[in-house]
Amino acid sequence: MSTKTLSQIQVRSEPTTVVQPRKGLWDLELAHLWDYHELLFFLVWRDVKVRYKQTALGVAWAILQPLMATLIFSIFFGRLAKMPSDGIPYPVFAYVALVPWQYFANALTEASNSLVASQNLIKKVYFPRLIIPLGSVIAGLVDFCFAFIVLIGMMFHYGIKPSGSIFLFPVFLLLAVGTALAAGLWLSALNVQFRDVKHTIPFLIQFWFFATPIVYPSSIVPAKWRMWYGINPMAGVVEGFRYTVLGKAGRPGPMIWVSAAAVIVMLIGGVFYFRKMESTFADVV
Amino acid sequence: MGSIAIQAEGLGKRYRLGSSAPYKTLRESLPGFFRGAARKVRALGSGRAHEESFWALRDVSFEVEHGDVVGVIGRNGAGKSTLLKILSRITLPTEGRALIYGRVGSLLEVGTGFHPELTGRENIFLNGAIMGMRKAEIVSKFDEIVAFAEVDKFVDTPVKHYSSGMYVRLAFAIAAHLEPEILIVDEVLAVGDLAFQQKCLGKMSEVSQEGRTILFVSHNMAVVEKLCQRAIVLQNGRIDFQGDAEEAIHHYMNKMVDANKAEGHTFDLSGATDRRSHVGRLLKRLDLYGTDDVPVIEGVRLGSGLKLKVHFDLPKPARSFDVGIGFESMFGQRIFTAHSLFEPDRPSGERVGPQVFVCEIPSFTLMPGLYTIKIWLDINHAEADLINYAARVNVLESDYYGSGKAPWNGAFVLKHNWYVEQPPQLEGEVARAASIGAKSGT
Repeated sequence: MSTKTLSQIQVRSEPTTVVQPRKGLWDLELAHLWDYHELLFFLVWRDVKVRYKQTALGVAWAILQPLMATLIFSIFFGRLAKMPSDGIPYPVFAYVALVPWQYFANALTEASNSLVASQNLIKKVYFPRLIIPLGSVIAGLVDFCFAFIVLIGMMFHYGIKPSGSIFLFPVFLLLAVGTALAAGLWLSALNVQFRDVKHTIPFLIQFWFFATPIVYPSSIVPAKWRMWYGINPMAGVVEGFRYTVLGKAGRPGPMIWVSAAAVIVMLIGGVFYFRKMESTFADVV
Repeated sequence: MGSIAIQAEGLGKRYRLGSSAPYKTLRESLPGFFRGAARKVRALGSGRAHEESFWALRDVSFEVEHGDVVGVIGRNGAGKSTLLKILSRITLPTEGRALIYGRVGSLLEVGTGFHPELTGRENIFLNGAIMGMRKAEIVSKFDEIVAFAEVDKFVDTPVKHYSSGMYVRLAFAIAAHLEPEILIVDEVLAVGDLAFQQKCLGKMSEVSQEGRTILFVSHNMAVVEKLCQRAIVLQNGRIDFQGDAEEAIHHYMNKMVDANKAEGHTFDLSGATDRRSHVGRLLKRLDLYGTDDVPVIEGVRLGSGLKLKVHFDLPKPARSFDVGIGFESMFGQRIFTAHSLFEPDRPSGERVGPQVFVCEIPSFTLMPGLYTIKIWLDINHAEADLINYAARVNVLESDYYGSGKAPWNGAFVLKHNWYVEQPPQLEGEVARAASIGAKSGT
């Protein structure tokens, strides 16, 4: 036993780790994240395992949430308010938007509270803190998959065939993940210092919901403003889903590029802000 | 070996005052933000900045070689935890740097990241990953961990159903099977029952014998003495002493008491900090006298008398009050407890205001050495005020037995006598002696 361990200890001339005050804004150490991919996996796995523990309906919640919302919207917006739906049956029109939206709303909520919820970890163990909100955002994808399966069933029921550009749909999913991560990075880091964030999130999500073409098509936005509507990346995501999965809605056009650019800007800003605040998490949380 | 494992160069950590508050709300912090901005502008003018901050750690430089087991000791708030947090990268230093050669595992608390809903098996993987183990490593050590924790039957039960003992055992078992080159440990030994603590200690010394480097924070001087060759004493965020573990402990114990302003035989307790005052700071002063009321300046000679005069206040009239005095060795082990409850002729009647209670020990028979004195006051059988390290007493060598030889070894002396007795005789001799007796009897 002892000889084995002794041989493991190599005499090193280069320090493995240098602990020092953070140097400069550009020191992001993103490559370092890869060393912790196993921990990321375990955190995601824990979130998935624990999410529906001790619930009677279990994973059915992943489907029930968007389905119930679809039912209500179909009655009030589809039937009663006669909301236009680009020629798509209203339930499918709403559900295809609700699948990425529910993912986004849940992932954002979880990610924003993730650092505070893991404060005992943050105070006791070192690892790149970025993997905490990242884990929350990834864990949400499991629910997304269940909801997506129901979407396929619904399309069968209404006899809707996917468009030829269905292969582009993962790009829009990635856009949704990026949006949730970007906003989650900002809000989780802010939440460490200001618990106000926790109370702001339900309101923020509600506001964001109506700013996203879920219950209405983006075609009701005047054409000259539509491109700028894409500044809300979720608008791009939802239009992208309708376009690639259902194939019936029109091509979203330049709006998508605005959305992609918005996500990239938000994400880069979020990573910098997060890294800047990271060193104080253990002291402040 | 002799190669360096940790090299700390001028480490410092500054905290802003008030950041220790649990959290801020935006509303509280907005005025602070403007005030802070205004102050910064003013500070630019006057050249002063960061007035409301304090250094939890400053100018800390030391080297630890591979295979060393180094203790870190110091009173609460001396910066021990901050140092460990910096070395394990949980928080960044404000200045200075530390070069670390080798994989670091830190045990600042066992069971970090345990999830109550997950089973023992699942938590072993989760916690192992959090502590920095690779999945393959956890798989290979899984059986060993389960066996060490003695939870075989419950490995597939959610840990929320575990007893607290099982929970702690499992948590420690995972931690104990980490194999980092440098292990940073904070007070984990204060967990579990006595038998398990022994097991943990055994594991620690096993690990240290394997040639791994350990940095170890503890209040238990006996454990530091036992496990560590070297120790660092921190005081107010600075290194006060570093060197041989036993010397460091000696230095530390002396310092602990020095903080209570001691002038010769009088220890002023009003400013003592390491205390629990439920009712108030009632204990005021402790005076030490030897035989014939000579003040104890240098120390008390082994076997001579010791008189402790305890000055305290009774804020309200009380019928029942008691004072306890504990003598503790350098290693924090209680050697002797004197308590007024043991006095058959206790004073009766109601008392209020300043009191002096005297404890007289006719012959103080603890072995020569330094002892710290813990003192506490109970009013109506409830703890009212307690001070750790209230005073110290040095026991000096003496010719206790009157033989010209100073006693050595052991914790205390007891009067004892030696004399010679007739050895029991062999059977033949007994018979002969009996026959001689019988003859002479006739």
